[in-house]
Amino acid sequence: MAPSPSTGGLDSRLLRLAAEDNVAAATTTIEPGETVLIDGAPVAVSDRVPTGHKMAVAAIGAGEKVIKYGAPIGSATRAIRPGEYVHTHNLASDYLPTFTLDGAHPYLKEE
Amino acid sequence: MRGFLRSDGRKGIRNVVVVAYLVECAHHVAREIARPFRDRGVHLIGFPGCFPNAYAARIMERLATHPNVGAALLVSLGCESFDRERLARNVERSQRPVATLVIQESGGTARTIEAGRAWIDQTLPRIESTPQVGLALDELVVATICGGSDATSGLTANPAVGRAFDLLIEQGAAAIFEETGELIGCEQFMARRAATPELGSEIIASVAKAARYYQTLGHGSFAPGNADGGLTTIEEKSLGAYSKSGKSTIAGLIKPGDTPPRAGLYLLDVVPDGEVRFGFPNIVDNAEIVELIACGAHLTLFTTGRGSVVGSAIAPVIKVCANPDTYRKLADDMDIDAGRILEGRATLDQVGREIFDLVAAVADGHPTASERLGHQEFILTYKSFEPIGPACLPQVV
Repeated sequence: MAPSPSTGGLDSRLLRLAAEDNVAAATTTIEPGETVLIDGAPVAVSDRVPTGHKMAVAAIGAGEKVIKYGAPIGSATRAIRPGEYVHTHNLASDYLPTFTLDGAHPYLKEE
Repeated sequence: MRGFLRSDGRKGIRNVVVVAYLVECAHHVAREIARPFRDRGVHLIGFPGCFPNAYAARIMERLATHPNVGAALLVSLGCESFDRERLARNVERSQRPVATLVIQESGGTARTIEAGRAWIDQTLPRIESTPQVGLALDELVVATICGGSDATSGLTANPAVGRAFDLLIEQGAAAIFEETGELIGCEQFMARRAATPELGSEIIASVAKAARYYQTLGHGSFAPGNADGGLTTIEEKSLGAYSKSGKSTIAGLIKPGDTPPRAGLYLLDVVPDGEVRFGFPNIVDNAEIVELIACGAHLTLFTTGRGSVVGSAIAPVIKVCANPDTYRKLADDMDIDAGRILEGRATLDQVGREIFDLVAAVADGHPTASERLGHQEFILTYKSFEPIGPACLPQVV
């Protein structure tokens, strides 16, 4: 449960909190065009992943659980490739909806 | 460490006068009474509603007799439901100076303000003579809460507070973590750490209650800023929040106003019982801080990633900043820079020890950032609770 970082073949800018996790946290902002090391292999980054945000470190099928801290944090709403940014566009709670102010997940509908 | 000895044997780490409005209609008068004494340990608290509420009455009583409180001035309009005489009686029984001003019987706004200020002028020198005695860590109740969380909270500040909790509990302190609605997804982990299987079942039931409550209301305890900060779901926020609890055995499940009976780690269930009434369980972080203080917490460890600036009336708030970028932007508001962990400039254990040491310093009178900046937030709203069940506080050694 407690963060026990495993770094085997994983980029030093990525923090995997439990061995079974399929996402890792960025310890610094990673920009598009950069390359990260996942399972010892270089992967091109296409999205900006800000500090603390999540990057997939394994392939995750649509509907599969996303695992962080060794526990499910929701289900993938579409297939996610290793190296892809994981957030509200491809991950949803199994309990309660997430609301945002950017218009993507509104709680007030435009009149 | 030195503390202020109270008649019930508990010791305070502060010696404040609370000015308490008993209905919103008395809020302005109470605020004006307290205003000239803001920097002299006179704090404003109150309950806005005119309808009666047993929970609010109980919380106000616990607060007015909190170990950090030396005296209480109650300000009533006169016609509200709040039982001011009962509250005054219970404060008096605790041997604290107490007075009640009823605006409708005191000549209105200006004269009540004048009378209230005169009472505080007389009372401040009186409570300064409260005996100060030795205070040990095993006499402290320490609470934790997270607010303005982002994805760094669960990586740095929260697990660091967990380390500090473990150290405090080792020294015999009682420690409280809370917000079952922000522990959705962690119930099975918590149940395994419970002192007894029956307590474990109670914990699972309390989280199920929270999930049901929030489902009915259509919102989890998840703000848009949490998503901006990289948290995607309530489960993810919960797992990060959960790490504030450290690794100790969970000794009990309590509700607002219940005091931990002995050393150890306690979970505070803040979600009301019964059908959904009165709206959101915890409308904002300070509502939870008030409940933690009502459980006897001497101080609160507040972790934040996005950057909350709040403090509290009655009990100091120590701000542990999770995000190194936020710390650089809001350094004056923060007590601990836990973002160093993310930058490889400190370990979780080092920051946990730093928090532990700061708890002792603040308990001994050292002001926190929010105290220096004059933060004295307070909010109390309607709720209803059943008493805790017999399995919630197992008698274990």
